[in-house]
Amino acid sequence: MRRVYVWELPVRIYHWLNAGCILVLIATGFFIGDPLAIMSSKEATYQFLMGWVRFLHFAAAYIFLFNFLFRLYWGFVGNKYSQWHQFIPRDKKFFEEIWQILKIDILQLRGKEHVGIGHNALAGFIYFLTFIAFLIQIITGFGLYANTSQWWLPQMFSWVKPLFGGDIELRSVHHWAMWFFILFSVVHVYLVFYHDYVEGRGEISSMGGGWKFIEEDVFQEHKEERQKVKSLFLSKVVKGLKAISRPSQNQK
Amino acid sequence: MFDEQEPKSPTYYDEVIRKGYSRRDFLSFCTMMAAYMGLNQSGIAQVTKAMSEKPRLPVIWLHFQECTCCSESFIRSSHPIVADVLLDKISLDYSETLMAASGFQAEQAMLNTMEKYKGEYILCVEGSVPTAADGVYCMIGGKTSMQILEEAAENAKAIIAWGSCASNGCVQAAKPNPTSATPIHKLVKGKPIIKVPGCPPIGEVMAGVIVHVVTFGTIPELDSSGRPKAFYGKRVHDSCYRRAYYDAGLFVESFDDENAKKGYCLYKVGCKGPVTYNACGTMKWNNGTSFPIQSGHGCIGCSEANYWDSGRIYERASIFPGFGIEANADTIGKVALGVTVAGAAAHAVMTNIRKNTIINAIEEEGKASEKEL
Repeated sequence: MRRVYVWELPVRIYHWLNAGCILVLIATGFFIGDPLAIMSSKEATYQFLMGWVRFLHFAAAYIFLFNFLFRLYWGFVGNKYSQWHQFIPRDKKFFEEIWQILKIDILQLRGKEHVGIGHNALAGFIYFLTFIAFLIQIITGFGLYANTSQWWLPQMFSWVKPLFGGDIELRSVHHWAMWFFILFSVVHVYLVFYHDYVEGRGEISSMGGGWKFIEEDVFQEHKEERQKVKSLFLSKVVKGLKAISRPSQNQK
Repeated sequence: MFDEQEPKSPTYYDEVIRKGYSRRDFLSFCTMMAAYMGLNQSGIAQVTKAMSEKPRLPVIWLHFQECTCCSESFIRSSHPIVADVLLDKISLDYSETLMAASGFQAEQAMLNTMEKYKGEYILCVEGSVPTAADGVYCMIGGKTSMQILEEAAENAKAIIAWGSCASNGCVQAAKPNPTSATPIHKLVKGKPIIKVPGCPPIGEVMAGVIVHVVTFGTIPELDSSGRPKAFYGKRVHDSCYRRAYYDAGLFVESFDDENAKKGYCLYKVGCKGPVTYNACGTMKWNNGTSFPIQSGHGCIGCSEANYWDSGRIYERASIFPGFGIEANADTIGKVALGVTVAGAAAHAVMTNIRKNTIINAIEEEGKASEKEL
């Protein structure tokens, strides 16, 4: 077995901060949407339950926003498993890998098992969709919040309300989109257990220590493939350079 | 009285005195208006000066698809001068409801104003314009409301869209909107438009908008939806006297419970105060007597666009489009969650069957290692 450092510390911190924020945001969001029925003999002056729940929601929202911005930044400076091109389909190979995972892991057809080290292509693409869901929640959420704040940051979202028609529509979209997070979490947690169980390469613990463990032959296979891609890319660059440096020859 | 040149047409002050009000009445009116507009003390002098010196503002007030509740609200404004002077004396040159003239005379009066005050008159529109079937659903004097609007808007200085009909289309624009009722801002381009939504808007708000135009000669500062910030800058929720109950988490659960008697927050019985921008909480209605929440009924959000289509009056649940009236977002979410969990469980079972060779291999390797140690 070979140890690979897959998730760097900032990625792991991002992941758990994000998970915590989403949990808090969903719980407080549900409460704000439909508060518990409380019968109380105390005067309103001595209570601030809804206020605290809303405060938690807004505080978690700010952490969520900055955490997300940080992750976008890390997509450009992090290691190869955290780079932006892990999430956005760019070439035929990406789609081939998605198809392979759909066949082997989701539909469970017979065929060559896919051994992913970082995100597999399907997971990467779904995380890309979650980033879009993050954006929708941030835009609608801060759009709702903009009018209650004097700070310039939430005020930057004051264009959202007229775009959606009004706070009524904004609130509805914010509420619907929340369900995507719940459904995603269920599938995400299930698949993490699935991969750990079927592959035994430390899928679950990788978000703790950052390590994944792969067999030596798989490691060599991935390395060779990587080198092939690199040399292919290099040869293309060399060809291109040659073509640029000798344009007169092509004309003849 | 003033050093400046005598204006051509009588000023508001002249009209007020002619009508039999005292200067004291006039000043109290100016003070009230300045306060409603959110001006500071020096603003009172500005309003007074403008109302004393400036000639009456020529106004054409058109009525299309509407119920005239805006006009009703306006003439029931708390200060008598509002109804008596602003309506009468803003020189309301044309208004189907309130003018004495009728027929050709009335139409001629409108044309005269449009000619005489070209580019100076304020066009007030009450009601939406139907665009379906070439606009036959609303015709006045042989013209469609669309034609009348186009003619009147062409040389108007500014347009005031009174009420939710003119601002958002209101109830007649609710799905399926059979007459294609269209708000003014979607039909008239290139003119300053002040939206004064509400069903109806508060009378003092309407008066405040007109006084602002008279005093400063400009349209008031508008929010991102085109409504005057002075009156629509805050949510009903923000100025609601029951807000303390909201923050405390004390809510009315049903209209006949103990909490309703105690005057708790109406959020859970569908109050739209948190999503509605209006001045009801501060200005109130009927000479500052009350407003819906004060009388124990939630806000229905009448000054918000699409309030009739986007949610029920007595529920907070957000409706999910395309699933019928009984399904709200959470019902659909719960079904989707059930399906997802069931799918994951089925997949787990399938995994154990289809991938048993791989799983067994890992398990045996692990068990063998354990035995060796």
